[in-house]
Amino acid sequence: MKIIKVLGSGCSKCEKTAEIITRLAAEAGVDVTVMKETDLAVIMEYGVMSTPAVVIDEQLMHSGSIPHRSDIEAWLAIA
Amino acid sequence: MLDSFTLLADWLVYDLWGLSASTKLGDALHFFIEDTTKIFALLVVMIYLIALLRASMNVESVRSWLVGKSRFVGYLMGSFFGAVTPFCSCSSIPLFLGFTSAGIPVGITMSFLLTSPLINEVAIVLLGSLLGWKFTLIYIVVGISVGVIGGVFLDLIKAEKMLQPFAAKAYIEAKQSAVKGESRRLSLSERHQFAKDELVDIFSRVWKWVIVGVGLGAALHGFVPEGWFAQNLGQGQWWSVPAAVGLGIPLYSNATGVIPVMESLITKGLPIGTTLAFCMSTVAASFPEFILLKQVMQWKLLAILFCLLLCAFTLVGWIFNGIGLFLITAT
Repeated sequence: MKIIKVLGSGCSKCEKTAEIITRLAAEAGVDVTVMKETDLAVIMEYGVMSTPAVVIDEQLMHSGSIPHRSDIEAWLAIA
Repeated sequence: MLDSFTLLADWLVYDLWGLSASTKLGDALHFFIEDTTKIFALLVVMIYLIALLRASMNVESVRSWLVGKSRFVGYLMGSFFGAVTPFCSCSSIPLFLGFTSAGIPVGITMSFLLTSPLINEVAIVLLGSLLGWKFTLIYIVVGISVGVIGGVFLDLIKAEKMLQPFAAKAYIEAKQSAVKGESRRLSLSERHQFAKDELVDIFSRVWKWVIVGVGLGAALHGFVPEGWFAQNLGQGQWWSVPAAVGLGIPLYSNATGVIPVMESLITKGLPIGTTLAFCMSTVAASFPEFILLKQVMQWKLLAILFCLLLCAFTLVGWIFNGIGLFLITAT
């Protein structure tokens, strides 16, 4: 199972990012846990400066915008 | 080229709807349609073009550029980058921490954050099309200066001592060597993709503000008598500037909503300095922003920052009321 963290201070873009990832994962039938990480100290540890950012299994995949559908699908496809 | 929008408004309001240009309603509607169509068209073109140019810029590369720069260059470039870097205000706190933990002085980081809401491509399009290039240039110079002066001041009073403990610790333990910004070359199709995303994102965010702003501007334009502001809030009343700033701060808006109102205020005779002071305080100092900054700053520093902005915008107002009369005669 993949652990996916959406980093961000809880703005609407972060909400949307988490929502899209959850939906696409369900569509692709990939087993994931999507969590929202709003703790600043944690966000800092990942070295992220622009949110929303996406971390999958502790690896930073993306930051600064709502990710594209094609990107998310590619991440989900890596088993 | 811009005449076509006047013609469009002429045709819609006077010919199609049969309103007369001498009625208040006809005048206001004409103003509204001409300005919204013009602004929307310019926005689409400009946002796309600017996004194409700056596609490879990001806050990470700005940070690595700013690390280790001399103070003077730092404030100026911090403020300049604040104007040109794409960045959403909900990222200001991670950005603040990212800069701070790279050892960039708090003042330089704040130069970036102060200028960022004041100057952006949307503001420049609006100012340029509504108030002329001279005014736009002045607005940019004032915006950058407020960022630079604010930053210098905050470092002079040692703002880093008034951060929240964890942020202060990050600054002291900063590891400059660990920071590397990756700025890779983008293909044309990647740039196009980025520009398209930016266009959709920014446009869907600002179009309501344009309507509200121009609507308010149109109402002022059609219904407030010529010269009313000049008589009641003109040059003579020195207190009108701090009053405008005081009024502007609780009003929360972004540059997009406020600039069309500026146009009407100025053409109705409100002095240019008072208008600038009002608009900049509406855009740059907002309570939601301050609440966000509370996460990394102590109350004392927030209060200082607040007063700093109050004083800066009041001074801007007085200075421009003093020297600014000739500036808008060109438009």
